[in-house]
Amino acid sequence: MADLKYEAPNSLQAAVALLAGASGPARVLAGGTDVIVQMETDLIEPQLLVDIKKIPEVRQITAEEGGFRIGAAVPGMEIMKHAALCKAWPGVVDSVKLIGSIQVRGRASIGGNLCNASPAADSVPALIAAGAIARIIGPNGIREVPVEEIPIGPGKTSLAKGEIIVSFLLPARPAHSGDAYQRFTPRTEMDIAVVGVGISLTLDGGGTCTAARVALGAVAPTALLVKEAADALIGTPVDDAALEQLAKAASAACRPIDDKRGTKEYRVKVAGVLAKRTAQQALERVRQN
Amino acid sequence: MTKRHHITTTVNGDEYEFLCEPQQTLLDALRDEMMLSGTKEGCATGDCGACTVIVDGTMVCSCLVLAVEAGGAKIETIEGMAQGDKLHPLQQNFLELNGLQCGICTPGILIAAKALLERNPDPSETEIRYWLAGNLCRCTGYDKIIRSVQAAAKEMRGD
Amino acid sequence: MTATILEKSGFNADKKLKVVGTNPIKHDGVDKVTGRAKFGADLFLPGMLVGKILRSPHAHAKILSIDTSAAEKLPGVKAVATRADFPEIKPGSIGGDMTRNAMAREKVLYDGHPVAAVAATSEAIAKAALKLIRVEYEVLPHVIDPVEAMKPGAPILHEHVRTKGIKDADKPSNVIERLDLAMGDVEKGFADADVIVEREYDTKPMHQGYIEPQSCVATATEDGQIELWCCTQGPWVFRDRLSDILKIDAAKIRVQQSEMGGGFGGKTGFYGEPVAVQLSRKAKRPVKITLTRNEVFRATGPVSGTKSRIKMGVTKDGVITAAEAELVFQTGAFTGSMFSNAPQAMFTRYNLKNIKTISYEVVSNRPKVNSFRAPCVPQVVFGVEGVIDELARKIGMDPIDLRLKNAATEGYKTIYGDVFGPIGFVETLQAAKKCEHYNSPLPPGQGRGVAAGFWFNKGGETTGTLNIAVDGSVTLILGTTDVAGSRISISMMAAEELGIPVDKVRAIMADTHSLGFNRVTAGSRTTFSTGMVIVDSARKAITELCKRAAGIWGVPEEAVTFEDGHCRPASSNVGTFEPLSIAQIAAKTMMTHGAIAGHSEMNVTGAGPGFGLHIADVEVDKETGRVDIKRYTVVEDAGKAIHPLQVEGQFQGGAVQGIGWALNEEYFYGEDGRLQNASFLDYRMPVASDVPMIGTEIVEVPNPKHPYGLRGVGEVPVVPTMATIANAIGHAIGIRPNSLPMSPPRLLKLMDEARARNGG
Repeated sequence: MADLKYEAPNSLQAAVALLAGASGPARVLAGGTDVIVQMETDLIEPQLLVDIKKIPEVRQITAEEGGFRIGAAVPGMEIMKHAALCKAWPGVVDSVKLIGSIQVRGRASIGGNLCNASPAADSVPALIAAGAIARIIGPNGIREVPVEEIPIGPGKTSLAKGEIIVSFLLPARPAHSGDAYQRFTPRTEMDIAVVGVGISLTLDGGGTCTAARVALGAVAPTALLVKEAADALIGTPVDDAALEQLAKAASAACRPIDDKRGTKEYRVKVAGVLAKRTAQQALERVRQN
Repeated sequence: MTKRHHITTTVNGDEYEFLCEPQQTLLDALRDEMMLSGTKEGCATGDCGACTVIVDGTMVCSCLVLAVEAGGAKIETIEGMAQGDKLHPLQQNFLELNGLQCGICTPGILIAAKALLERNPDPSETEIRYWLAGNLCRCTGYDKIIRSVQAAAKEMRGD
Repeated sequence: MTATILEKSGFNADKKLKVVGTNPIKHDGVDKVTGRAKFGADLFLPGMLVGKILRSPHAHAKILSIDTSAAEKLPGVKAVATRADFPEIKPGSIGGDMTRNAMAREKVLYDGHPVAAVAATSEAIAKAALKLIRVEYEVLPHVIDPVEAMKPGAPILHEHVRTKGIKDADKPSNVIERLDLAMGDVEKGFADADVIVEREYDTKPMHQGYIEPQSCVATATEDGQIELWCCTQGPWVFRDRLSDILKIDAAKIRVQQSEMGGGFGGKTGFYGEPVAVQLSRKAKRPVKITLTRNEVFRATGPVSGTKSRIKMGVTKDGVITAAEAELVFQTGAFTGSMFSNAPQAMFTRYNLKNIKTISYEVVSNRPKVNSFRAPCVPQVVFGVEGVIDELARKIGMDPIDLRLKNAATEGYKTIYGDVFGPIGFVETLQAAKKCEHYNSPLPPGQGRGVAAGFWFNKGGETTGTLNIAVDGSVTLILGTTDVAGSRISISMMAAEELGIPVDKVRAIMADTHSLGFNRVTAGSRTTFSTGMVIVDSARKAITELCKRAAGIWGVPEEAVTFEDGHCRPASSNVGTFEPLSIAQIAAKTMMTHGAIAGHSEMNVTGAGPGFGLHIADVEVDKETGRVDIKRYTVVEDAGKAIHPLQVEGQFQGGAVQGIGWALNEEYFYGEDGRLQNASFLDYRMPVASDVPMIGTEIVEVPNPKHPYGLRGVGEVPVVPTMATIANAIGHAIGIRPNSLPMSPPRLLKLMDEARARNGG
C-alpha cells in the first residue's frame, strides 16, 4: 500500500478528472464499508482513493418531480431518518435498514452498495423494484441509467473509467401502490442475504394489480429484474393462486451458486417463499396507502 | 517512506494532532497515534463492533473510517464517557448488574448504548437488541448487557 | 509434600456468611468500563516493532525452500525468522509437535500454518516484507474430515505415528490413538432392555469465537532475558513450553498475563508468542504480534469436529441398562484434543453399570484443535441426550423423570474410577421439574426440549500469596487468569476468611516470576482451586496473626483464636484482653516482627462435579428452516454461588455459545482445504437480537471439600445446550436433527425429506 494516495475533491468535475486521469487502480470512497474492508483483507490494492463525501450533490436528499433524489453517498442512517422517504418508499428504506449494523449504516451508502456489485447487496433489488434511475457523471458528461443496468457481474459494473454515480431518482409513488423488501439470513442481523426480494405493486381501484416489478438478489451473478414474476401478478387480485405463480416464477428465475451462505437448492426454494411474503407485505402497504 | 497526512481532530473535547498513512483507519490512529487504547480491535472489518466510536454524532465502526477522514471531526470514545470521578449511568449499571465479563466488547457496547439512549431514552428490549446487533459479545449471552442498558435508561429518565 | 486439599475445609452449611454470596462490583470492573484495562494489544513499548507472520496457503505441502533475502533488505525490516531460527526437536515428541505448530519445519499441515515471520518498524513495511519472502512448496494431497483421514490410502500427515491402543500397529497412520473404556457387561445390559435406540451423529468443526485476537509483546535483552506480555490462560504453561522449545532457562523467561478478552480454552496454547520471542531475540527490540481475525480463525486452536454412534437400552419402567458408543474426534494437525474426556463424561450423570466405548483421535489438515470449555464433551452429549429423549418418548415417560430415575448419586463409581461424593444431579433435575419454565404452557407451534450435562470440574497445580499491609488491608497474588470474574470471587473468599470487607482486598494477576507453577485456567477450576489456595494462605496468615497477638498479650499461641476479623483470647481463663484487629496487629508488629503473609502451593483435588439441566422452547419456520429460540433456562448446581451474578453470567454465556454452536457455527472448507469463512461475517455467532433473556436457576448442593462448598460452573453450561435445542426442534417439527449445526438449509432439507416420505 506504499503507493496509495488519498484525495478529497470538493466538486464532481474534480473527482471525475482524478479518476479519469488515474494511471493505476483507483476507487471511489463513499462510506468505505466495502472499500476499507477489501483493502484491509488485501482483496484490492488501489493506488488512488477519491473520497467524494465533500461533494454536496452526492450527500443530499431532495424532493424532485414528486419523488426523491438521493445522493449516492448519503449514509444509510440519514435515509432511514427521512420521514417522507420512509412514507413514500418503505421497501427501499427497509432494504437500507438491513445493510450491516447500525454502525455500518452510519457510513454505508446506496451508491456504494450498488457499485460494490455484490450479487447479494440488499438495497439493489429494492431500488430496481422501485424503478430507480441512477445519474452518472463522467468524462463524457452525464447519463441516466436504470439501476438494473449497472451491475454486470460479481464485483463488476457497467460504469466506464472516470464515471461516478451522483444520485438516484426514486419516482413519485403511484397511487394505490406499495413496495417491500425482504431477505433471508440465518441470523436476525449482520448476515449477507442468502436470498433478497424487492417488490413494488400498483393496484387499480378494484383491487387488480396493474403494474408490478419483482427483483431478486443473491440468486444470480447480479440482481435480477424478473418480468415473468411480475407478469404472474399483473391482472390478478394478488390472491393465493397468483402468489403461487409468483413463487414459481421467482424460483425458476434463480441461477444461484452453492456457497458458505446457502446451497443452490435452498436458494431456489426460499426465493419462492420470500417472493410470496414480500408481495404480501407490499400488498398490505397498498391497503394502508 | 509513504508521505503521511497531518491530521487535526477533536477527541472527547481535546484537540489531537497526528500523522497517518492513507490506508490507516481511525481505529489505528486512536490506538497507535493518539494512544487511546480503550477502543478495541476485534476484527478490523466492521463485523464485531468492538471498535465503535461516535463521529460527529453518528455511531460508527472506527475500523471502517480512514484516519485521514478524521480531520476536523468531533469524536467520542470510551475514554470520554466518565466525567472525572463520576461514571456515566451506563458504566455504573454495567458494573452493578454484571453487564460485563471479560470486558473486551464493553467499550464498544457502552458507546453504542450511549448513542441509543441519546436518541431513544425509553427503548424496548427488542429495540435495544437490534440496536446492539452490531456488537458481538461471547461471554455474557447478552442478557445482563440488555438489563444494564434498561436500568441505566430508567435512571437517566428519572423514573 | 504438596497438599492436595485443606485438611479441614471448614465447610459449614450453617455458617452465617458476610461476603460470600453477595454481589460486590468486581475489582477489575471500573478499568473495563472506562477502557483503561490493558488487554493483549494494549501494551506499547518504546522502540516496539510490528511482527507479522507469513502463512501457508496450502493445506498440506512439503517446504522445499524459503528465501528471505529480499525481505531482509527492505528498509525498516529489523528481523526475519524461519524454521532455521527454532531449535531442532524431533517430530513426535510433545516439544516436537509444539515447535512445528508455532513454525513449520518439514511440512505445512494446514492452511495458515506459519512458515516465516518479520519484525519491522511499521505494519505496512512488515506486510510488504512478507510479500518479498519466497517459499517453494511441493503441494501434497490433503484430508480434512477425520473419517476420511482414517481410511486406508488417505494422505498421511506424520510418518512417525503408529496408532496407540491398537495391537501391532506398524504402519504410519492418521489415527493417533484408539481408546477403549468400558465397565460391566453391555451385552447382558442390552439383552435386559425392552427398548433400544441406536443413532449416528456428526458435528462440524467450529471455533471458540473469543472477541480478542491473540496479541503479545516479546522483549529479549542482550543478556538472554525474555519478557513476554500476552493474553494467556496459562502464563506458567506458556513459560515452560517456551523454555522447552526454545531451549532457554525457565527463569530467564518472565511471562506477564494481560487482561484477557475471552479464551474459553482457546488461549491455553500459544500461537504468535514463540515467533515474537525469536524475532525480538534477533532484533533486540520489543516485537508485538497481534493476530488478525482471519489468522485467529485459520491458525489458532479451533474446536474438534466429531462423528459418533451411540446406542442405549432401557426397560419399560425406565431403567437404563446399557450404553455403548463409538466416537471419532478430529484433533487437527497434531495430537492433543483431550478426547479422553468424552468417553469419561458422556454418560456420567446416570447410574449406569454397563458401558462400552471406543474412541479414536485422528489428525487431519486443520490447525491443532483446542478446547471450547468442556473439551470434546458437548459434541457427544449432543447425541447421548438425543438418545435418552427418544428412549423416554418410546416408553412414554416424562424426559426429566427418566433422567431422575437413572440419576447418579453419592457413592456411584464412575467409568474413570472416581467415586462421587455428595453431588447435586438429583436436586438439579428436581429444580428443573419444578421451575416456572418447565411448567408453563407451551405456546402453539413451538417445541420444548430438555437435556442434561456433567463436567468433572478440575483442581490442579495452583499457587498463591496473601499479604497483609501495615494498615490491615490485604493484597493477593493470583496465578490463574481471570477470564470472567474469578478474581472478585477469590477476593471475597479472602475477605470472608479474614472477617474484613471485600473492599479491603485487592488482587493482582501475577507474572511467572512472582509465584510457583500454576496450571492453566481451565476445567472450571479457577475459583475453586485458586480460592482453595487463597483460603489456605489466609489461614496461614491468621495463624501468624494469632502468634503475634499471643506475643502482645504474653500468652501461649494456643490461647488465641481468630473470629470476626479479630484475634481474641480463646477463653476467659486466658485473661481479659481487648480483641485485636488485623490492622492493630499489623501496626504493632510489622516493623519489629516482619511481614504477615500466607502462601500456598497445592495440587488441588476434591473438586465437586457439576451438573446441569437445560430447557428450551423453539419455533421453526417450516418454509425456511430458521429456528427462533423463544425461551431458554439453565438449571445448574454451583455448590455455593460465591458471587451469584457472576454464576448467572457463566450460565447465560455458556448457553448462548451453545445456541451458536447448535444453529449456525461451522467451518466451511473448500476443495483446496482452505477455510472459506475466516471472518465474523460468515462465521455466524449469535448477535443480541438472536436470543432471548436466558433464565437461570442456581442449585446449591455444597461440595464439602471446599471451604465454601463451591463447584466450578464454567463448563457445564455449554455441555447440554446443543442437545437441548435439538430435542426442542425435534418436538417442534417431528424430526430430531443428528447433525450440527442445525442451520436453515439442513433443517429445511430434513423437513422436506420427511414430508416426501409421508406423501407430501
